[in-house]
Amino acid sequence: MDLIKAFINLFADPRLFFVMSVVALAVIVWKRELFSKDAVGYGMLGFLAVFFGFGLFDENFRLIVVKPDNVPIVALIFLVVFFTWYSIREGVLNDRRIAAGDDPIEKQESDRVWVWPDLVYTELIALILCTAILIVWSVGLEAPLEQPANPANTPNPSKAPWYFLGLQEMLVYFDPWLAGVVLPSLIIVGLMAIPYVDTNPKGNGYYTFRERKVEITIFLFGFLVLWSSLIVLGTFLRGPNWNFFGPFEYWDIHKLEPLTNVQLSDFIWVRMLGQPLPEHWFIREVFGIILTLAYVAVLPPLLARMFRRYYEKLGATRFYVTAMLFLMMLSLPVKMLTRWIFNLKYVVSIPEFFFNI
Amino acid sequence: MAQTETVQPKEALLVRCWNWLTETQIWTSVFRHAAPINDRNRVLVMLSNVFLHLHPVRLKKHGVRLRYTWCMGGLSFFLFLVLTFTGLLLMFYYRPTLEYAYSDIVGLREHVPLGIMREMHRWGAHAMVITVWLHMFRVFMTGSYKPPREFNWNIGVIMLVLTLLLSFTGYLLPWDQLAIWAITVGSNMARATPFLGHEGPGAALLALGDVQLIHAADDARFALLGGTFVGEGALLRFYVLHCVGLPLVIGFLMAVHFWRVRKDGGISGPL
Repeated sequence: MDLIKAFINLFADPRLFFVMSVVALAVIVWKRELFSKDAVGYGMLGFLAVFFGFGLFDENFRLIVVKPDNVPIVALIFLVVFFTWYSIREGVLNDRRIAAGDDPIEKQESDRVWVWPDLVYTELIALILCTAILIVWSVGLEAPLEQPANPANTPNPSKAPWYFLGLQEMLVYFDPWLAGVVLPSLIIVGLMAIPYVDTNPKGNGYYTFRERKVEITIFLFGFLVLWSSLIVLGTFLRGPNWNFFGPFEYWDIHKLEPLTNVQLSDFIWVRMLGQPLPEHWFIREVFGIILTLAYVAVLPPLLARMFRRYYEKLGATRFYVTAMLFLMMLSLPVKMLTRWIFNLKYVVSIPEFFFNI
Repeated sequence: MAQTETVQPKEALLVRCWNWLTETQIWTSVFRHAAPINDRNRVLVMLSNVFLHLHPVRLKKHGVRLRYTWCMGGLSFFLFLVLTFTGLLLMFYYRPTLEYAYSDIVGLREHVPLGIMREMHRWGAHAMVITVWLHMFRVFMTGSYKPPREFNWNIGVIMLVLTLLLSFTGYLLPWDQLAIWAITVGSNMARATPFLGHEGPGAALLALGDVQLIHAADDARFALLGGTFVGEGALLRFYVLHCVGLPLVIGFLMAVHFWRVRKDGGISGPL
């Protein structure tokens, strides 16, 4: 048993955790016919239930999972897994119908029914069930209340509310002005831009995967890998000093992590060219600045050339907006990978202006 | 052929009471038509009831299926109503000052018999964040944001942000360690706002001669907290936003959202 726990602790390492969630998404998209089988869906829920059930016998695991404010995230894990499976399954089923020359099920069910009783009764039942769950939850679990607020006593770790922990996790890789201000704003802008950059007329009002492969894959990457899984990571696997801890690991406040991160300027000037860092910030950071400019200004036209078909279909404005938003989204995994592989801290680091990328 | 005679059964007492009740002036002043058990009255019930008239009279069959809607939009709205109601009750007990905030919550916990209003409010808020996300997920997976519903998707995104802000502002109110440090971590981001935060890139450029225009006591974080740290000003500010400001805005947007669902052709479906 201890061996299994140690094994799981090992696999929960942020690097492996992230890589595995990307791989999982790729498998879901690629092997979706298999993924959409009932046995897979219920099997995953069963596996999760067994995992949490057994986990609760472990003292360290129990401490994080049973923390009142973390309970909704356990529910979130089950719900996100279930609904991802369910929506892919419905898409695959509709794809089969379309491939066989039929209409999607929503089209076959387009005859009209009375709102009273067909809809209002469904609503009433949903509402009663929701109330019942909420009451049971409220009776069974007391809302947390800690010691009175004390500005002189900082808890370790200090965590934002759980729905912002994906953003707090980004702070590991980005400066606050990006992780806390620019990228969250871009998430909102990006979501709002979706209906205007997605010109695919198909898949409007019914589940499908084949007719919207790219859109759904990108969205799932954002929603599952970058948002939901980072929340789970930030909630369950980050302990004191924002260090990583496996789910069965004791939150040791004295755990030491080597801080070996290096700036790009150090890499180039000191290690490659064997020179001291230049005095002036612009010369010091010129390589990083060039790299960043290349990422935001040179890469989009290159992508336009590479994906000629999309460029022609979307038109210049839509294509460049999409490309920019997509690159901004990818900047997080890019930053993660460079950190894990090269220990790179910042590409551009100008502390003189609080400007780090 | 033998003649058969039909005998009317005598009406039971309950039926007669019911008939009498539904013919009184009080009853007929409230309900303008008979129970919706035939087509005519199924139309009338939708048209004459202010709450039900959010709905159309009839809709496509796939639209009432849980497999299509997951019921997440409806549950988000219902949870909002639950939160409004429980929140109102909590406001009777709670005073947003450094002196009373924490002790009022302790009082609520210790002295109110069978009190689960705070629990209902807190767990309901967590649940609403989840249902709103799942609603967005469903709308994406069914492609329901596509024309003609682009604008309504945008209203939805704004309401998603407002839901998170409502939850965030409410998080501070118990005034315990969990509250102030979560808000401290969250609001510390604002000091790094480009140009408008005193530790943000570009803020140093906004200066008149030697005088910095952006400093700790007038930047974006200060505007959010009403102070340079999470203190009395932040508590009052978050309380007002949580109980009045944000609910008003999100209520207004909900009206637009529901109206647009109807005006954009009802629940989405294959064209």
